[in-house]
Amino acid sequence: MSNQGAIPNKDQGPGLIKRIWRFLRHPAATISAGALLLIGVVVGVAFWGSFNWSMEMTNTEEFCIGCHEMEANVYAEYTETAHYNNASGVRATCPDCHVPKEWVHKVVRKVQATRELYHKALGSIDSPAKFEEKRLELATNVWTAMKKTDSRECRNCHEFDSMDFVLQEGRASAAHSDAFKEGKTCIDCHQGIAHSLPANALEAYKEKVSAVYD
Amino acid sequence: MKTGVPWKAITIMAVLNLTGFAALNAHAEGVKSLRGVQVDEPVFVEPIARPQNTRVNREFRQQPPLVPHKTEAYQVDLKVNQCLTCHDWANAGEKKAPTLSMTHYADREGRQLDQVAGTRWFCTQCHVPQVEAEPLVENEFTPSSKR
Repeated sequence: MSNQGAIPNKDQGPGLIKRIWRFLRHPAATISAGALLLIGVVVGVAFWGSFNWSMEMTNTEEFCIGCHEMEANVYAEYTETAHYNNASGVRATCPDCHVPKEWVHKVVRKVQATRELYHKALGSIDSPAKFEEKRLELATNVWTAMKKTDSRECRNCHEFDSMDFVLQEGRASAAHSDAFKEGKTCIDCHQGIAHSLPANALEAYKEKVSAVYD
Repeated sequence: MKTGVPWKAITIMAVLNLTGFAALNAHAEGVKSLRGVQVDEPVFVEPIARPQNTRVNREFRQQPPLVPHKTEAYQVDLKVNQCLTCHDWANAGEKKAPTLSMTHYADREGRQLDQVAGTRWFCTQCHVPQVEAEPLVENEFTPSSKR
């Protein structure tokens, strides 16, 4: 029936799209309100559930390093750092730092990530040399995002209000007190804590991030 | 087991009650702070001493100064030298860190540069942090410093 309907046929009346449209625009006369409601609820749960499931699925480290671009470069570097291995055994994985926790910001970031799919298809960073060439640009993007949001993702765990400066090492304590007073944000000092910095990273931060957004 | 009026307990409770009243009276006269200052005044405390974080004297005149902090998290490679974020002459004031010796800004021909000389790039070749650890081999070094 459907493959006949797909091709408009004068003998059989209107085409498939037209018939679906007509069906949707008219009140359901032969189905009970209860059944309609039940179908609505089931379909709703299925839709919302699968939406949330895919949001969570794409928010795992396993998914992030499914691409060798991530696994061979940034992930490999991250495994050498404190956010991967440390005394207390608390680990921050890719999405903890790179995907916002709040729903609206999270969805915005997920939509932005479609650009990453496009570049994956283009193969923009599919070799270590290409990645290295782009690294400063990519890092600057992340720095800028963190600067604009006052390092929101860092602060999911590291909050000035819950920091005891007295317990910190003298140098850290002094620097954090000053930073707090000056209204600085985490990324202003802590660049390259989980991934290697490219050449001229420090100059680039001053020029393209501090100078623009301070 | 003895039963009857627990006089001991009653006495203790009475004494505690009385002292409680006394404490209340003291309260009425004004709060006596154990901190020694008003609650809205900041109290400055000594930083917690950590042995590795104090500057170490040199043991011979040409000794590269030791690093009084951890260095493993700082990237020092062909691309970046994170020591310079604090210790380069351009940043040291703001970061309240000691500046590199000016000898480190002269290249091998003696020309003065604004950036650290390439020959001095890898700080940890000479400057190292110290930990309180048993030496692996016996150390027979006698310092030339006279303290």
